Amino acid sequence: MSQCMARCGNVWAAQRDCRRRGGRSPVDEKRLALGVGSVPVGLLSPRLPVSPFVPLQRGHDRRVLPGCGLVSSLQRGSAGAGCSIRAFAWHPHTSKFAVALLDDSIRVYNSSRSPRSLRGSPQADKALLKRRLSQRILKCCRLSPSPAASPGRTSVPAAARSCPVTAGPGPQGAPGTALTQTSATVPILKHRLQRSVAALAWKPLCASILAVACQSCVLVWHLDPTSLSTRPSSGCAQVLAHPGHSPVTSLAWAPSGEMLLSASPVDTAMLVWDVSTENCVPLQWFGGGGVTYLAWSPDGSRVLAATPSAVFRVWEAQMWTCERWPTIKGRCQTGCWSPDGSRLLFTVQGESVIYSLSFSEYSGELQGQVGGSKTASIVADLSETGFETLYGEERIGGEVHSMAWDPSGERLAAVIRGSPEAAESRTIVAVFRTRNSPVFELLPCGFLQGEPGAQPQLLAFHPCFKKGALLTVCWSTGRISHVPFFFVSAQFPGLSPRHSPVAALSSSASVREQPLFSEL
Amino acid sequence: MRAGGDEQRVLLRQVLGWRVAASVAWSVLLLPLCTAAFISISSIDLLHPIQWISNSFNDWYTSYAIFCMLLLSVVILIISIFNVEFYAVVPSIPCSRLALLGKIIHPRQVIHSAVHAIMGMLVAWCAAVMTKGKFQFLAVPCTASESLDGAVQHMCLNEYHLFLLLSGAFMGYSYSLLYLVNNMNYLPFPIIQQYKYLRFRRSLPALVKHSCVESLYLVRNVCVAYYFFGYIPRAWISATTDLHADSKLHPLDTLTGLLDLSLLYHTWLCGIFLLITWHIAWLLFKIYATEAHHFPVQPTFTEETDQCLPKILNSNPPLIIKFLALQDLMLLSQYSPVRRQEVFSLSQPGGHPHNWTAISKECLNLFRDLTQKLIMQQEAAATNGRVKQPSAGELGRSLISSEAAVSEEMSFQAQKSNVSRAHMPSLVKSSLLPLKTLSTSDLGSSFGSPFSSPALNRQAGILDLNSPWHGSVQSPHVMRRGPKLWTSSSGWVSFVDLQMNGSHQESFPVISVARVGNEAIQPSFIYTWLQNKQEQVRSFLSKRVLIMYFFSKHPEASIQAIFSDTQMHIWALEGLSRLVAASFTEDRFGVVQTTLPAILNTLLTLQEVVDKHFKLPHASSKPPRTSGSLMDTSYKTLRFALRASLKTAIYRITTTFGEHLNAVQVSAEHKKRLQQFLEFKE
Repeated sequence: MSQCMARCGNVWAAQRDCRRRGGRSPVDEKRLALGVGSVPVGLLSPRLPVSPFVPLQRGHDRRVLPGCGLVSSLQRGSAGAGCSIRAFAWHPHTSKFAVALLDDSIRVYNSSRSPRSLRGSPQADKALLKRRLSQRILKCCRLSPSPAASPGRTSVPAAARSCPVTAGPGPQGAPGTALTQTSATVPILKHRLQRSVAALAWKPLCASILAVACQSCVLVWHLDPTSLSTRPSSGCAQVLAHPGHSPVTSLAWAPSGEMLLSASPVDTAMLVWDVSTENCVPLQWFGGGGVTYLAWSPDGSRVLAATPSAVFRVWEAQMWTCERWPTIKGRCQTGCWSPDGSRLLFTVQGESVIYSLSFSEYSGELQGQVGGSKTASIVADLSETGFETLYGEERIGGEVHSMAWDPSGERLAAVIRGSPEAAESRTIVAVFRTRNSPVFELLPCGFLQGEPGAQPQLLAFHPCFKKGALLTVCWSTGRISHVPFFFVSAQFPGLSPRHSPVAALSSSASVREQPLFSEL
Repeated sequence: MRAGGDEQRVLLRQVLGWRVAASVAWSVLLLPLCTAAFISISSIDLLHPIQWISNSFNDWYTSYAIFCMLLLSVVILIISIFNVEFYAVVPSIPCSRLALLGKIIHPRQVIHSAVHAIMGMLVAWCAAVMTKGKFQFLAVPCTASESLDGAVQHMCLNEYHLFLLLSGAFMGYSYSLLYLVNNMNYLPFPIIQQYKYLRFRRSLPALVKHSCVESLYLVRNVCVAYYFFGYIPRAWISATTDLHADSKLHPLDTLTGLLDLSLLYHTWLCGIFLLITWHIAWLLFKIYATEAHHFPVQPTFTEETDQCLPKILNSNPPLIIKFLALQDLMLLSQYSPVRRQEVFSLSQPGGHPHNWTAISKECLNLFRDLTQKLIMQQEAAATNGRVKQPSAGELGRSLISSEAAVSEEMSFQAQKSNVSRAHMPSLVKSSLLPLKTLSTSDLGSSFGSPFSSPALNRQAGILDLNSPWHGSVQSPHVMRRGPKLWTSSSGWVSFVDLQMNGSHQESFPVISVARVGNEAIQPSFIYTWLQNKQEQVRSFLSKRVLIMYFFSKHPEASIQAIFSDTQMHIWALEGLSRLVAASFTEDRFGVVQTTLPAILNTLLTLQEVVDKHFKLPHASSKPPRTSGSLMDTSYKTLRFALRASLKTAIYRITTTFGEHLNAVQVSAEHKKRLQQFLEFKE
């Protein structure tokens, strides 16, 4: 606890430091360090027109999508005022991520794990990591002015309790955390068909296959993880196109890596791709329009598909039947699944609440049944509330525009957009602590905000951060920041998020956690 | 042997019987709908819509229509019987144009075509009768004679009716040809499980569209054919039935005769009707036959023992049953914890993991067969398709040694499991292995492969191994890089005679090494002579352009042929890897641990070989663009699916077990490979 307090003190110091120096600092190569640190994409290469220049982006969208205001408003990256990052995706197994920029190029950042750090003592790694932590992340991410803030709920000293322990070294060598340096090569992916990129998705159980949702097709990049080339040729990309299926705006890989789902807000059919053979099966239904958002549950059993109308569907991924969920107010904005796939949190446009929908435990016996409960329940009310801070009153609260749940199911991050009428209300990232079993719990943990004027655009959790959760936020200024949360997972103490979703699922099914083999 | 065959037939009937019955029933039930639609559309009259609708309502109940419906039901039944008789889960891919030609004039196919032509004629007759108007009868009163004297009506030949009948026959025949060329008898298994109704509904628009377009082409072809050869059947009909063509009307084999819009429209409609009804029968059979079947893992009653999954996998059932069993294995490993538990369970008295052993053994055998096949194909490619033609003594010697190996293997059957697998990668590396190593290594455990004797595979391996030394013995043109005639990438010629040799040997299961060896020498003289002749003929023919046109092999086709049954391997990979991954938490007795080294070795070896295959110069690395049509061409891209699922399978195991894999006994080379997989560098 004392450690935590010390760090919290640091937060304030660093924040003051940040203010004094006035935000953006010159970038050196080391700032690209993954894990902790921020990547100001706008400064990476002077050649790229990636400044957060709003008219440029608008014009671009209008040119590519004539008259498709719907589509551009649905593209997740462009939902805010201005953004220079269109999409972001963590690799599901390694510390590697892809960023799609405004000019539709994609960059892949990779942290190379040098053998030295693998062999090195965990203590040294830890020390290194900590040092980087204190140096880097706190510069750009200051915590909210009110550390104990929780809109519309009982006040909990969240910041004080959110970080009880800095992580101890995992039971194994924890290769995922030895993020010592970023590899020098940053592949830049460009392709003739890579226009208006809306989503990125790495194939699970695979080294380096990246699916890109483009204007007219889905591009599947086969990158060689050992290659040193910075410009993979467009021959490495597989083009998946289907008549009438454009623009593609959402993608989801099956957690087992066999299938890819692609959807378009214009096409009523959602396509299931067998990527290797380029065969696809359209899943059609009548009514409701296209699909604006896809989320595959981590255990692979269900898929959320939101439509532009006030209805969303939950598909069951074995026989591909669906349950239809009409919402009262607007379309489903975003949704995320608990790690075992038994609970879905979602938000609806025009309402500042988070709904929860629980599903019966998945077993192969109920074929073709989605197994959802009868009604969704409200688990959090995020309506606007004022907070007294050192810098005056701040108003926080409103619609949730995107959400992410960390793979261990312990932290939930949500981008809360303030109401447009109130000038002082702002878009902010709220972090909650969650627990899924035995009873669902959602407690406020704190807020994250960027530099002045920066709005959070995209959220993602690192899929295999061993020491807790690592939240990545893409800001409208083009900055990407990684925010680690150190905690010991309550469900799998010492064995927090596993490599593979499959294992995470099965380990929840059985309590036996002993390793099968003695370690060498 | 007989009993086993009967058993399998019973099993096949049990599994497939009701599916066939249901599919036929549904296609017959859908027939009235199609017929009604056909009647309405054929009598379409846009100027008087109400009259048209009421007329077509009345037409549905006429005795003609009902009789036609009955007749068409019979046609559908016969078509369905042909579908059932001709289906294949492994497509046969002709490697050259000659092979395709051979398939067309194969008696089986000829019967198929003839029956389909007759059925087409029947459908066309029904269509003509239901269309009414000028098409209804073959004999009509002559227009010319009517005015002369009303008392005696001369009957004339109705050429429209004849045209429709002939076009029906032509369409039936074309359907049969397309059925062959497009491999429509191939049953592609769907990539996702869906309810049958949904699958049918999903394919229906494509089916209708395809039939309409196809029918258009067929009408064009019919017109061309009739224009040139129409006089023959007309003259024949006139001669046999004593009906003469109406002199007032234009004969139809002229341009003005053929440019009759109503005739073309009705022919087109008739074609659509024929194609839609037949395609529906075909589609329904496909959907029913590829539906997942639930095989029990553990029999609840003793009578069910033959139907449980491990038993079926280990016996040699009809291929469709094996496919369904492997599909079921994949599904149970993915979706059903309860059935996985049964796989990992121990037998009640004795405590042996029979289920797991049987399943893993069969999967590993499949992978080894594939590895074997690929190695041979690669060696054939490496030696530029050159086939070894060993001298008689050589062949005898190799036969003896391989026979010895067989007996050796049989005696050491029990302990053959894991030890010798380590030889595989080294074998992949260098083809110049000493004979001894090869024969002792467990190469040929290929049960259920097309060339089913283990001696064969080993022997073929030896032959290929020997080839670099004896290359100079052969006639020089074989060595030359250039047109090759009878070599498929896996050495067609050598397979043929080896197969003969093998079947010869198989009838004498190892009695004594020497005797079999002596017997084997005898036919080999004939083969060498035959092969010499073959070489001569080949070199002679390869200079002729026309012949080359027929003989030249499409490289893509021969690669497709190698991977034609790979769907099995894909399911086995998925099923096995998921089971292994699930065993990390679900396997209470540790039965999977015992086979883990063997599984890893086999998978890594296969991975190595598959990687190598894709590096061959003629192997394209990307699937060809597929057109989203009704015809399924997924067999063309199976090798890419295999490569992807192989990688996914290994990753699934490595991500689940993680660092624990360091404790598994694998060779150093494989350890290095595994490390790469653990670091996501593959």
